[in-house]
Amino acid sequence: MSSILSIARLELIIARRNLWVATAILLMALFNIVLTIAGNAPTGELGASPMTIALTSITTLSVYLVPLIGLLLSFDAIAGEAERGTLALGLSYPLSRIEILLGKFLAHMIVLGAAIGIGLGLTLAITVYRYGVGAVELVPLLRLFATSMALGGTFLGLGYAISALVKQTGAASGIAIGLWLIAVVLYDLGLLGALVADAGGYFTKVIFPYALVANPADAFRLLNMPEQSVNMLATGLGAASQVSGFAGQLSSLLIWPLAALFFAFLAFRKIEP
Amino acid sequence: MAALDIKNVIKRHGKLQTVSDVSLSVAAGERVALLGHNGAGKTTIIKMILGLMPITEGSISVLGHAPGSAAARAQTGYLPESVAFHGSLTGREQLHHFARLKKASKTQADELLERVGLAHAADRKIRTYSKGMRQRVGLAQVVLGQPKLAILDEPTSGLDPVSRHEFYDIVEELAENGCAVMLSSHALTELELRTDRIAILSKGQLVANDSLQALRKEAALPIKFKVTATSETIESVNTQLGGSRVNGRSVELFCTPDEKVGVLSSITALGAIVKDVDVTPASLEELYRHFSKVEEKH
Repeated sequence: MSSILSIARLELIIARRNLWVATAILLMALFNIVLTIAGNAPTGELGASPMTIALTSITTLSVYLVPLIGLLLSFDAIAGEAERGTLALGLSYPLSRIEILLGKFLAHMIVLGAAIGIGLGLTLAITVYRYGVGAVELVPLLRLFATSMALGGTFLGLGYAISALVKQTGAASGIAIGLWLIAVVLYDLGLLGALVADAGGYFTKVIFPYALVANPADAFRLLNMPEQSVNMLATGLGAASQVSGFAGQLSSLLIWPLAALFFAFLAFRKIEP
Repeated sequence: MAALDIKNVIKRHGKLQTVSDVSLSVAAGERVALLGHNGAGKTTIIKMILGLMPITEGSISVLGHAPGSAAARAQTGYLPESVAFHGSLTGREQLHHFARLKKASKTQADELLERVGLAHAADRKIRTYSKGMRQRVGLAQVVLGQPKLAILDEPTSGLDPVSRHEFYDIVEELAENGCAVMLSSHALTELELRTDRIAILSKGQLVANDSLQALRKEAALPIKFKVTATSETIESVNTQLGGSRVNGRSVELFCTPDEKVGVLSSITALGAIVKDVDVTPASLEELYRHFSKVEEKH
């Protein structure tokens, strides 16, 4: 345990000096402020609370941003060490590879937590300032925080796996961006295409709801969509989300970070520095 | 029990055999130099000792434990070839981190920074360090936590002569405290006085493994004499001793180790006309070339 903490501590120093911490916090803070203020502009007639509107906008953005930050923090974790030549020495020390991985994961989760937490804290502050304490809805806020962490953790783990598999930072960054594009953009487009082609057949009714929650980014989106906004948006997502249900979405977001870390461990275990 | 015991180790990468049946042991307090060309298998052997690479055949025991096991790693210090650290950390942060992993005290880490001459730069980022300074951080982390086995891969590359000298002082201290030291090096001359035993690796095979004196004897390489007289007397020195004239005042001759005493007495018999005598036994370079070549003929 002390080895994990020591690795985490070192990684936090590095992340701070590399300005990753500042970048992540600035990015989340900026977008959350903009979305909280601007998101409230056209509300009135829709009857949704200002907090709901803000959190829905932030959810939509976080689907893109949180995985990106996760991958940016992690793609270099092992490949960078292999390239710098610090990996062989690190692996000769009396700690296991899983401890090294968990130490890095802990540090990067803290960075993510700070960025997401400060971002949502600003949303909270702005809401209180504009609409008073009564407008605060704590449950959706905390749910967004927790699910953002799970989503970020998933992409941290996937980033480590990529990093360990290719061992070159250049290639790792390319693959990471590719993975991000697939997970948050192309996957949904593919599902949409399949839906259109299937025209309400077997795929639409049986496979689609599960294919949707199998992607952690979509599970995250569904979990944070308040009922009223689903109705409001009148998308098919609401219907689909009822098939897989809350349990399906939650287990997707719980299983993914663990599975991703496990993939990373499998890839890291094979490395001969 | 030897601190490090390598028994009949073979390493194959597919069909390519990079280490062929190597057996070598290092006792506590002993300093052994592992010599070899690039690609002779030194780094491969080191990585197998550290458990970073699986052994194809044979066995390695590190202080009675399997290589790479927690018990083996806890007592082993390793300095990789051209050691690197994250440039954003300071020397002190990096060494304190290593101390925590090795369960050594921060006080020891700070003392070591001073010992390797980095006290003034300890709080600067490693990015600003010279290669020699990074090498010193590397050496300091080896000594952390009093290891029982130290593995040093090309430890003095990038160090100036004074730093090399200080480096070997620290290695000597390690050995005096009962640590078994194995180091690989290209800089042969510095090893002559600073190691107890020399193992020469050629194309994955161990071709020599003995003290320098014993290797000299076994190779029976000629000993070089350089006798200096004056320009007037050199002619008669040359006729009496034989050999060849090298400049206006000196004669060079060679003999086998057995003939050494005989040649010396015939030189002293010349009396006062001899101004100076240099006796040079085969250097480590020559020995190294000798043993590497002997194997190549097979």
